[in-house]
Amino acid sequence: MNNQLFNYLLHLADNTLILSHRNSEWCGHGPVLEQDIAITNISLDLLGQARNFYQYAAMLTGNNATEDSLAYLRTEREFKNLLLVEQPNGDWAATILRQFFFSTYQELLYKQLIQCNDAQVAAIAEKGLKEVTYHVRWSSEWVIRLGDGTEESRDRMMVAADELWRFTGEMFIPADYEKEAGISGFGVNVESMQQDWLKKVEAIFEEATLPMPGAAGYMQRGGKEGTHTEHLGYILAAMQYLQRTYPGCEW
Amino acid sequence: MQIHDLEQHFLSKIAEEIKIEPRDWMPDAYRKTLVRQISQHAHSEIVGMLPEGNWITRAPSLKRKAILIAKVQDEAGHGLYLYAATETLGTSREETINDLHTGKAKYSSIFNYPTLTWADMGAIGWLVDGAAIMNQVMLCRTSYGPYARAMVRICKEESFHQRQGFDILLSLSKGSPEQRAMCQDAINRWWWPSLMMFGPKDSDSTHSDQSMKWKIKRMSNDELRQRFIDMIAEQVKVLGMTLPDPDLKWNSERKHYDFGEINWNEFWNVVKGNGPCNKQRIAARKKAWDEGAWVREAAAAYAAKRKRNTQSSTLEAA
Repeated sequence: MNNQLFNYLLHLADNTLILSHRNSEWCGHGPVLEQDIAITNISLDLLGQARNFYQYAAMLTGNNATEDSLAYLRTEREFKNLLLVEQPNGDWAATILRQFFFSTYQELLYKQLIQCNDAQVAAIAEKGLKEVTYHVRWSSEWVIRLGDGTEESRDRMMVAADELWRFTGEMFIPADYEKEAGISGFGVNVESMQQDWLKKVEAIFEEATLPMPGAAGYMQRGGKEGTHTEHLGYILAAMQYLQRTYPGCEW
Repeated sequence: MQIHDLEQHFLSKIAEEIKIEPRDWMPDAYRKTLVRQISQHAHSEIVGMLPEGNWITRAPSLKRKAILIAKVQDEAGHGLYLYAATETLGTSREETINDLHTGKAKYSSIFNYPTLTWADMGAIGWLVDGAAIMNQVMLCRTSYGPYARAMVRICKEESFHQRQGFDILLSLSKGSPEQRAMCQDAINRWWWPSLMMFGPKDSDSTHSDQSMKWKIKRMSNDELRQRFIDMIAEQVKVLGMTLPDPDLKWNSERKHYDFGEINWNEFWNVVKGNGPCNKQRIAARKKAWDEGAWVREAAAAYAAKRKRNTQSSTLEAA
């Protein structure tokens, strides 16, 4: 088995699983019923994408691995998600902005992945892209609505941008398995996406009348290699506890 | 037409099973009863998201997690249909939500019980949704058109949820001794509260008589409860589990199951706000609403700006 492809799939799966987890925390607590439904809907889409990537990774690795063993039985040092997606929900502005940053990245990523030389990855990306297109539209509209809404909503967006910006650079700094993905063609060279991502963010921020965060700010990194923020441990503690308490059961 | 004639006309429609529609004349008390019942039904869907939402982040497999998220999302959708149906009676969603938060409006007493283990997701699907379906199938024939139509849509999804709940319990019942114990414990805790979902005994039910005459309700609380017990008493055998009622026994004369006495003291206490989770459920709903205020204000302010801009650009063009 190609170990770097396996790691790459885990990275893609972990990103979507962890963000799905965060969004699902909103379920029943959203600011208005329609948006409670929307954020939960996005959570469900992302969970579906995670399952697709895990299932493929499990098939490649053999060893009786399943989507569940990969999600529930790896530790916080083995998870490869971006630091951005494990950040707490905060208020609606922070949740919206986190989604917008990630979905914009994911749209660029999946658009290239559908042309990669691994047919299975390409097929998963093709299904995911339809969903991500909706996530980008939804989160962009909310960035604009909050940025250009009231004074309070604008202030909250600026606080969220200040908080989250330092986690955005990691998306475009390739881990070893991403470098290999670009070279071998089963994935995407993420460095090449950064300018397009910035352009889109700038355009939406402009429409939202929001100032761009300092583009050259120092960027946090480590998630892709399993060095996370302190938040991930708690996510996994909740997520994995039943599987850990009653190992080897069917549910 | 005189009020008397209007009322005769209304009653003859009810007798002929012609649905009452939003623009039709209806007695004030009929309107009030429906606002109360449908909005409380809507609140139940929304508050009902909380006990199950409690387990989304801890669901034991990705498949179960996906099913649970989809289910809770369906409940939000049901809440939306039902708020819309309430609005056809001339009341706003904000007003009815406000009544929920102040305690003026109730919601189903069942959601004041806590979800303590994963097996509760199965028990809620099987028993709580099962009981809800008994009620809702009857309501598909209720006399008010918008309510009846909402129920038809909701019932389809609810019966799906009930099967999924049963499936969770079935997996547990075939699992390890710990899983089987978890399954039985959940059934023990949810059985009696589910029976209370049908409301007080017919002899103690204040709204029932009039609602039956107006064909808002089509069957009595006790009739529905008996049907539910007969159904579940059979299904529990498939799980190899038991129901926590020593008096539960098939009565071949009545062709129904006999069952033990419900703890009505507990029921009335939960209805009055003294159940295990009444305070936390309302607090969670109020918190979501209050903390969401700035979001709703921002959306409204942005929409108003957009409208002004469109108007002024239309003027410029003209």
